Amino acid sequence: MEILYYTLVGLGAAFCAYRAMISRHLLPSTLYLAGVSALATVTLYLLGAYEVAVIELSVGAGLVTVLLVYALSVVGEDVFDPTSIVPKPLAFLLVAGIGGVVVWMAYPVATQPNANGAVLLADVLWKQRALDVWVQVALIFSGVMGVLGLLSEKAHETETQLHAIGEDQELAIPIGQELHA
Amino acid sequence: MIFTSLNAVLFGVVLLLVIGFYGLLITRNLIKIVLVLQILVKAVVIALVLAGKASGNLGLGQSLAATVIVADTIVAVVALALAVQVRRRTGTLDLAKISSLRG
Repeated sequence: MEILYYTLVGLGAAFCAYRAMISRHLLPSTLYLAGVSALATVTLYLLGAYEVAVIELSVGAGLVTVLLVYALSVVGEDVFDPTSIVPKPLAFLLVAGIGGVVVWMAYPVATQPNANGAVLLADVLWKQRALDVWVQVALIFSGVMGVLGLLSEKAHETETQLHAIGEDQELAIPIGQELHA
Repeated sequence: MIFTSLNAVLFGVVLLLVIGFYGLLITRNLIKIVLVLQILVKAVVIALVLAGKASGNLGLGQSLAATVIVADTIVAVVALALAVQVRRRTGTLDLAKISSLRG
């Protein structure tokens, strides 16, 4: 029964990913990507990775979707997806080769779940992988700076335009009037 | 050949990887490239947790997956900001047209 759940969720995620890839409009692609993220969350939950499932659902299906929709609203609706540079048969062959190699290497490893030596995520994260946590803090800080830079672009443009208008008005003031003032 | 539940997860991971790589090869739109990269990263996150489960160290797999999720989100933020700037300055998101521009 568990195999059926995993297979159905995997096939659903693959279907959403395929629709996200071939859709000509970017907004439906974004929504299909959110579907992939939600189904990936279900897989992670079934595997027992509850904390990562929550992070994936909030960040992958939530934050990234909002960011993509915001970027689309800034860019506009005239976005199109042109034909590929790489010939599609060649791309298909390359991808089939990569998939075959991955299956060949990983299939013998992924046989049965191994419950030996199971430890809590908090212990691993704060005791063994503390450097990762600090790197994550730095990455989040740089990401926030990036978002602020993106959002402040319009304000900067407006300020520049107002400054230019002010300079024009100063030039238009007669010299005599300026002296009386 | 035995087909276990972890093999079923591996099957889904490989499908996502294959679709992501194919999309990366045939896509020319900058925003869609970011989107396809997200599909690839989702496959990688599941693969990390799967490896942790198979090796008996689920905590380590989850820790690495969380790091990958954070890094991938920052990559998406910066890439989308760059795509918006490219669109504002060049008027297109087509990779071929951007490559042929002369500054």
